[in-house]
Amino acid sequence: MNENETVMSQEYKDAITSLLFQLADDDFLYAYRGSEWLGLAPHIEEDVASSSISQDSMGHAAMFYKLLEDLGIGNADELAHSRPALDRKNSVLMERVNGEGYYMEIPLYDWAYQVVRSYFYTQAKKIKIDSLCESSYSPLADTAVKVKMELYYHRLHWETWFKQLLSSTDVAKKKMDEAIKKVMDDFYDVFSYGNEKLLIEKSRLISSEEILRDKWKASIEQVFTALQMEVPKISDKPTKNGRNGEHTHDLEEAIRTLSEVYKFDPIATW
Amino acid sequence: MTNLHNAAEEEQLAHFMQRIERGDKIEADDWMPEEYRLTLIRLISMHGISEIMGALPEKEWVPKAPSLNRKLGIMAKVQDEMGHGQLLLRVTEDLLLPYGKNRGDIMQDLFNGNLKFHNVFHMETKTWADAGIIGWLVDGAAIITQTNMLNASYGPYARALQRICAEEVFHAQHGESIIMSLAEGTEEQKAMIQESLDRWWEALLMFFGPASKETTGSSKQDLTIKYKIRSKTNEEFRQLFFDKYVPRILSLGLRIPDPTIRFDEESKLWSYKQPDWNEFKKIIKNGGPRSHARLNLRRSSYENNAWVRDALSVKVT
Repeated sequence: MNENETVMSQEYKDAITSLLFQLADDDFLYAYRGSEWLGLAPHIEEDVASSSISQDSMGHAAMFYKLLEDLGIGNADELAHSRPALDRKNSVLMERVNGEGYYMEIPLYDWAYQVVRSYFYTQAKKIKIDSLCESSYSPLADTAVKVKMELYYHRLHWETWFKQLLSSTDVAKKKMDEAIKKVMDDFYDVFSYGNEKLLIEKSRLISSEEILRDKWKASIEQVFTALQMEVPKISDKPTKNGRNGEHTHDLEEAIRTLSEVYKFDPIATW
Repeated sequence: MTNLHNAAEEEQLAHFMQRIERGDKIEADDWMPEEYRLTLIRLISMHGISEIMGALPEKEWVPKAPSLNRKLGIMAKVQDEMGHGQLLLRVTEDLLLPYGKNRGDIMQDLFNGNLKFHNVFHMETKTWADAGIIGWLVDGAAIITQTNMLNASYGPYARALQRICAEEVFHAQHGESIIMSLAEGTEEQKAMIQESLDRWWEALLMFFGPASKETTGSSKQDLTIKYKIRSKTNEEFRQLFFDKYVPRILSLGLRIPDPTIRFDEESKLWSYKQPDWNEFKKIIKNGGPRSHARLNLRRSSYENNAWVRDALSVKVT
């Protein structure tokens, strides 16, 4: 189906809406966590590079929210800023804090966690975006093509960090191993469509969860083999599934910060 | 021998000053008197580290920006500032080579208080309007001083400034756009800008530095003018700032928080209430409202990430 067809079944529209919220909320939170690192990255060159990635990711979130706006779901800014945590469909992995502390005080952020989360998520996003380029909903397929161009560099960037840190000092390897475990504990819902699984999959908007999960594993296998490591297992017993609105306190805090000024006067022009 | 040595050095210096007078560009590997090198190191490292420390007050508003477009705008802006910092520190690193110093030393100088950063970045931010004022007026002030150095005698600095100034113009437009939206908005939004301007005004005047070294006990403006790094004095910059921004501020219905400010038609100069220069001295010695907090933030993240820099020094095959 495409936007030119005048009749869109309610079921199809519900499937698109659910998937778009998952994509938009993922990137919105991912970009936010990245932006908390601004000015605090391990060196200045990295600050420039990773803030560019956060900016691109916020741009992707904005494009996905705009697709929801075009579907008549609501104003993009309102969707980004005013939905409570319960209504959010991002993966739990995206909402997790970068480490201890608030970004304005003395945060003790964990660069290993940033690298692992970013590399695994970006690789997963690439697998999804490749599939979305063939989506039955053509506005989404068109957006996916644009996102794909930038994603190439993001993936390359994080893969370089991932390999470097796991091939260096014992301290770095230990921190990376811990980060991999932490990220994998939350990885299940990255490839989950939640309660909308059947609806989304039968709408041919994107490949099935299982196909994407297998592709993800295959795509990182080479890197793991080169590092003489095994591809980590995705937990199949998640404690929470963000796609169903199950979230942690971290998300509530994040939304409070992200919408602080917006909520000062949601009607005003800013 | 000593006399011969001195004579050779004097000849070298005279030759160097001729190059300066001719408008030649001095490059990193060229001979230069130590006074010139030290003046450049002091100026450019301070400029570079100010870009980096300046990212911190604005970064406070990055996640809080009130719309997706504003979020994208301010993310791009702060990223640019970090990029400027990177460019300028690279220029400084080349100048530091004869002293065996590197970027790690620049950071240590920042942490131990030997390397100063601009007074404005020691200030607190309180509202979204501050993000607008920083872009509009702080970057606006920076454009005035930096464009004056586009023809600086030191080539690497002049070239870095070409790019920096081009981007700063976008930043000022970004700030102005935030301010325009607030100025056309609700009464609360308008009050937000006025309150912000009231807080930032004195810091903005201080930004250009004292009119002469008699004011604060030291000023390097004479040296930077002698070596044709810049051509205007601090006070001339401040006057240019008034020329450009006082009418714009007033046209938005805002009030300048200085009832004495006026333009003297005869002298073609603005008279205004001097900021508290003792306060300025205190601020740039890291005694400003947020000096310690921002330095601690930078220092703790630097220490917290030491293991990453160690890991990067291992060559991966």
